Amino acid sequence: MSALIDIRDISVGFVGRDGRTREVLRNIDLAVAPGECVGLVGESGSGKSTLALAAMGYLKRGLRLLNGSAVFSGTDMFAQSRRELERIRGGQLALIPQNSGQSLTPTLRIGAQLGEALRLHSALPADQHAAKVVELLGHVRLPDPEAIVARFPHELSGGQQQRVAIAMALAGEPEALLLDEPTTGLDVTTQAHILELLRDIAADRGMAMVYVSHDLGAIARVCTRVVVMYAGEVVLEGSTRHVLKFPTHPYAQGLLASIPKLDDSALPIALDGRPPAPGDAGAGCAFADRCALVQDRCRSTRPQLEASESGGTVRCFFTKEAGRQQGQIIGAAPARFSGGDTMLDLDGLAISYARPRLLDQLLGRGTDVPPTVDDISISIGKGETLGLVGESGSGKSTILKTIAGLLPPAAGAVTAGDQSLPHMVEHRDPGQLRQIQLIFQNPDDSLNPRHTVADILEQPLKLYFGLTGGKLRARSAEILERVRLGAHYLDRLPSQLSGGEKQRVAIARAFAAGPEIVLCDEVTSALDVSVQAAVLDLLNDLKRSQGTTYIFVSHDLAVVRALSDRVAVLYQGRLCEIGQTDQVFEGESHPYTKVLLGAVLEPDPDAAPTLAADDIVERAPPASGCPFQRRCPRRLGEICDTDTPPWQSPEAGHFIRCHISLEDLNVD
Amino acid sequence: MLMRRLFLGAITVWIVSIIIFAGVEVLPGDACTAFLEREAQGKLLENCREAQGLNRSAAERYFDWASGAVRGDFGVSANGQKSISELVGNRLRNSLLLAVCALAIGVPLAIFLGVVTGLRREKPVDLVFSSTAVFAMTIPEFVSATVLILVFSVWLGWLPGIVLTSAGAPISEFFPEIVLPVIVLGMVMTAHILRMVRSSVIEVMAGEYVQMAILKGVPYWHIVFRHALPNALLPAINVVALTIAWLLGGVVVIEVVFNYPGLGRMMIDAISDRDLPVVQAIALIVATVYVGVNLTADLMTMFLNPRLRTHALRGS
Repeated sequence: MSALIDIRDISVGFVGRDGRTREVLRNIDLAVAPGECVGLVGESGSGKSTLALAAMGYLKRGLRLLNGSAVFSGTDMFAQSRRELERIRGGQLALIPQNSGQSLTPTLRIGAQLGEALRLHSALPADQHAAKVVELLGHVRLPDPEAIVARFPHELSGGQQQRVAIAMALAGEPEALLLDEPTTGLDVTTQAHILELLRDIAADRGMAMVYVSHDLGAIARVCTRVVVMYAGEVVLEGSTRHVLKFPTHPYAQGLLASIPKLDDSALPIALDGRPPAPGDAGAGCAFADRCALVQDRCRSTRPQLEASESGGTVRCFFTKEAGRQQGQIIGAAPARFSGGDTMLDLDGLAISYARPRLLDQLLGRGTDVPPTVDDISISIGKGETLGLVGESGSGKSTILKTIAGLLPPAAGAVTAGDQSLPHMVEHRDPGQLRQIQLIFQNPDDSLNPRHTVADILEQPLKLYFGLTGGKLRARSAEILERVRLGAHYLDRLPSQLSGGEKQRVAIARAFAAGPEIVLCDEVTSALDVSVQAAVLDLLNDLKRSQGTTYIFVSHDLAVVRALSDRVAVLYQGRLCEIGQTDQVFEGESHPYTKVLLGAVLEPDPDAAPTLAADDIVERAPPASGCPFQRRCPRRLGEICDTDTPPWQSPEAGHFIRCHISLEDLNVD
Repeated sequence: MLMRRLFLGAITVWIVSIIIFAGVEVLPGDACTAFLEREAQGKLLENCREAQGLNRSAAERYFDWASGAVRGDFGVSANGQKSISELVGNRLRNSLLLAVCALAIGVPLAIFLGVVTGLRREKPVDLVFSSTAVFAMTIPEFVSATVLILVFSVWLGWLPGIVLTSAGAPISEFFPEIVLPVIVLGMVMTAHILRMVRSSVIEVMAGEYVQMAILKGVPYWHIVFRHALPNALLPAINVVALTIAWLLGGVVVIEVVFNYPGLGRMMIDAISDRDLPVVQAIALIVATVYVGVNLTADLMTMFLNPRLRTHALRGS
């Protein structure tokens, strides 16, 4: 069968400030047959999104087509008139964007946006559009489609927005779908549901799909063939099974090794270095600088894409050696906590965002809304790492904010060492401030873009240790060294650093204070997997050498597993389960923990997630009973709504809060 | 939410009124010393103060003044002994006429040009209008006013260069004398709004939802009018409000240059005459208009922006 999407020898680039043309895509061929699903993977900057958009004849502002063609269903997309492109885009060839929250027009109601897609691309008479919109919304399994029609995008959750985007893409009954990181930024449970939906839709309608993602777990779930991209070129292409299980390119191996695995508590292995900037790849192999198997030949000659034994293609001189290397790389065991004094104690913490209304304030009345976070009592030992997991809205970050003194608790106390901490940061003394440091998710937001690395690191050093002059500079350099950045980074600005380097600077800033407790709020979520592995490794090293206590918040369970000694599972701001990492991941678990674990996608074509609970969004925690009552797949009955579940302990140190007896919890 | 904003607006005006009153109060001299000038001494001054009620405590006088102001009665001016409300009424109307004319021409023009330059970014149209706008913004009004008078009334003789109509004349008599002042005011205002709309359009057109609309196959002009402009023009509302507030100040210079009988010129005259009751009245009116305009802009944004709207409704 002839290819539906046929991209031939395409090169895309931009003219740099020096006047040189820099290539973002280099001579890429990609053919997708009808009904086939191809995954495009690679680190950020590898050109995967650019390639997918090029299939629609679209290039981002500043980019130019240098060579080649993109043919869709016999039509060369770069040679079409605007009118013709408008007919095809959103019709036969539709896109599901990365960030639906940003991709839906904020001032138009959902119904209007879907109606527009129908008006442009559907043969239906106009009076049937309204009904079709509702049907489409129902088809992507949105609850209550009639109500969603009248909503604005911001009134929907991330998962719902993504479903709307899918419905919109389906409106034109496309023959091919381009998916640009469609589940990035969603909760694991939501992601798993969306992927199942996409699989079903693709199977039902026989659509071709191009699935762009950095998440090999998602790729493994939906794609039959995978194309691995690096620095704007294809380095490996083959069936999903071959690429993920027997990768013959060192880059693909490195990428796979850097992914933390749910069933393995070893640390992932970082892929050192970073890809060359567009146009800087040089004459040889673009991956040469980061490759363990590199030879002189790799630096002088660019390897060609050649057919591999498994039926795919690969761009490497040493595929045999690479094949032998696969599976040989084993991650280091993480530093584990072996018991010690209590470092941080949370006692009956409750936090509420609800502010009393003006009238209630005047009358001195409180709110009757249940607090966002309630009844959190955890004590963490010195040198221990506690992982906090849960979906978005589960109160993970809220708890960190309260510990850091940024948000006052409604009840309860925070004790660090033997001192009870004042609620708010402005009432804490310098010693207490130094003791607790916070690292944020996004270093782009947490580092002042006008401060050099030296400025950033010197602030805590001056503030807490009164260092000045040469000592200050020397100490800053020493700290940078510890996060594996050299002293030559001191005079750089954040904009001159890569994402991983920025996050290391943010970590260095936290450690410059010599803290006993470090609060990590999704510190690796904004990073590429390869970089994430390096950051995890660094955090682990610092833990070993400094004996730091961490609270590690993440929605990625595999990351939590790699780093944590103990894990606490939160739902709607209430603790569901807490225990040693292995106990939580392997022993009896709370139904919610099971739901979370079941939804995790492994980079393995043979693994399938189990979707036990609906991914509905809860607005507020229930007033009584178990917080998980509305979604629990194993709901017992009324008791779950009325009575707060008891703590049960299957093993020492492992606690589950559920009405179901321990024996029954084990049975699925 | 709405009540809260109105309440806060009222509080702001109230605080401003106290500041105005206190400011005038701490100045040396009072309405009587100003009015009597060199004769302001002994019995004469006593009598005048008695008649004006200036011997009472400041709080009492503030209460009188403020409660009068609420009813639209600002008392009598110090020198002419005329009702300030009457004096100010016509002047306020004239200034509003000037502002409304400038807005009626300037705002649509600015939005139109802002959208055009934003869409045709870095094309000749954009370069011409953007640089003209910067030019119009940087020249002080009195310079542009003088140049326009020179060109259009002295050299070409097309338009009167100065306003000779009296303050109380019917509106129709201000034409065509008002044309040049309107152009000068409109120029600067148009430039500000144009720059703002332009950058907002550029930002929105580069946004993800516009890219999505392109890739959904939406025709270009649909993208512009349905997807981009409703979002791009929201911030313009606040800029227009700020510009109106600026008009009230900018109008002073223009009115003096063109001898236009508006509030601004009256203010200048009152200050040089040390006619404190009039100064107070004008300051309070200007402050109220300022607060009112910004409040209106905030409320408009709130009801045109779905995000703020749901927030506001939920909050109330």
